[in-house]
Amino acid sequence: MDQTILRPAVVGLMIFIVFNALIIASAILVYAERKIMGFMQQRYGPYLVGPYGMMQPFADILKLLFKEELRPKGADKLLFTLAPVLAVVTAFAAFSTVPFGGETTLFGLLQQPMKLGVADVNVGVLVIFAVTSMGVYGIVLAGWSSNSKYALFGGLRASAQMISYELSYATALAAIIMLAGSMSVREMVDAQTGYWLGGWIPKWYLFIQPVGFIIYFIAGVAETNRAPFDFPEAEQELVAGFNTEYSSVRFALFPQAEYINMVTVAAVATNLFLGGWHGLFPFWTPVDYYIEAWNIGWLVFLAKIGGILFFYIWMRWTVPRYRYDQLMKFGWKYLLPASVINLLVTAAAVLYFNA
Amino acid sequence: MPESLLFYVLSGLAVGASALVIGQRNPMYSVLLLIVSFAALAGLYITLDAPFVAMAQMIIYAGAIMVLFLFVVMLLNAPQEDGAEWDRTHPLRRPGFARIGVVLAVLLVAELGWALAKVVSLGSPVGGRADGAVIGSVREMGRVLFTQYSFAFEATSVLILVAMVGAVVLARREGDA
Repeated sequence: MDQTILRPAVVGLMIFIVFNALIIASAILVYAERKIMGFMQQRYGPYLVGPYGMMQPFADILKLLFKEELRPKGADKLLFTLAPVLAVVTAFAAFSTVPFGGETTLFGLLQQPMKLGVADVNVGVLVIFAVTSMGVYGIVLAGWSSNSKYALFGGLRASAQMISYELSYATALAAIIMLAGSMSVREMVDAQTGYWLGGWIPKWYLFIQPVGFIIYFIAGVAETNRAPFDFPEAEQELVAGFNTEYSSVRFALFPQAEYINMVTVAAVATNLFLGGWHGLFPFWTPVDYYIEAWNIGWLVFLAKIGGILFFYIWMRWTVPRYRYDQLMKFGWKYLLPASVINLLVTAAAVLYFNA
Repeated sequence: MPESLLFYVLSGLAVGASALVIGQRNPMYSVLLLIVSFAALAGLYITLDAPFVAMAQMIIYAGAIMVLFLFVVMLLNAPQEDGAEWDRTHPLRRPGFARIGVVLAVLLVAELGWALAKVVSLGSPVGGRADGAVIGSVREMGRVLFTQYSFAFEATSVLILVAMVGAVVLARREGDA
């Protein structure tokens, strides 16, 4: 077949797959969250729609589709409509530079092997970071344009929280950039192949950067507005926070954006700290060999993401919400200094061992 | 051709959005248009083979600083600019340091004109410097920043520090320790 036509077609197919995978992932997360929450609270969770209640997310979205779209009288029409769109578009776009597997020729269809991932940019980490930092505008604008005091407070909190935790988030990433000596996510993942200590420990950055991983994860939870940092919504304090005035599909877009952002944070954590699609099993088992040989590293990648997302949900139903001043204090007085120290120590170590 | 078309579209967007920033009555829309302008600038950097600068522009300006602007606008929750007396006085007649602002504005315009004249004498607006690709790489940029331009770099950081201390002094209430 003609490679000049085939290749763009495959890239298009990849975009299609990633886009739909993210939509399905958010549906699965809705189900998983309710089921895990039920398990943790010793009840069943959804069980009526479909086998084990698995069709519940689709029932939810159907219900929301048929609801009336309301808009408060004093709301800013343009921004009220734009805000949910902005939130969900940035959530999808952020995944565009996340690689999720090695190279493939699609069973010999392509002459040149293709890398699994929508786009491979040499400043990939920064692109992800830049696009996710745009995501907060959806929430802030939703809060402001609703012309409601609860929504406004939600938006205010979202912007303050974003500024506070973005710094630690970026500093934790910077340490990894220094270790890998590259800003391409793919090169960072490839730098984590192999084992230490005779094969007992995989060469993940998690083990050289444990502090960085904890900082990244905490800041990531804060950036995606999940409990215990879900202040923009804080239903006990602000009704429903920034999305108080939203209904129908417009409302549905916000949780969807949140779940997709969770997937992105988990995917970046997997790529940067957990070795991406490489190494999960000890070296003496042949499993890793077959994973590389059959090119099914993306399954390992999915498994790791699933683990992180389970932890995310687990945390939401275990840890109570902070107080707002505690959030600010924690972000500025503990997390940021810790991440700066981590960065300095990493820089010194990189200079000492690599110079 | 497509690259120069991209240049004209992006620069048109940047200039248009910046002009509209001044024209808005609602400060919220001003902030949002400024974000559009910054995003267009980031696009221009990408066409100049400087993806790192583009992403820094998006993260720092469009991402962090503008979120702070939005925060302040929402905190004050001012639906309209309060015009009244201040607007009606001529800039040169305003009290105190407001007059210096005019001088700075004139200086800025003069500098801009000078820089533009220099660029025009260089020729094409698209394409940037001959060594643009080298500057675009993060490694090279770091090297140049800490060697050739180290003075400018340090001076800028001192300037930011001064601004930060100034903000703290101004924001501190009387009687606070």
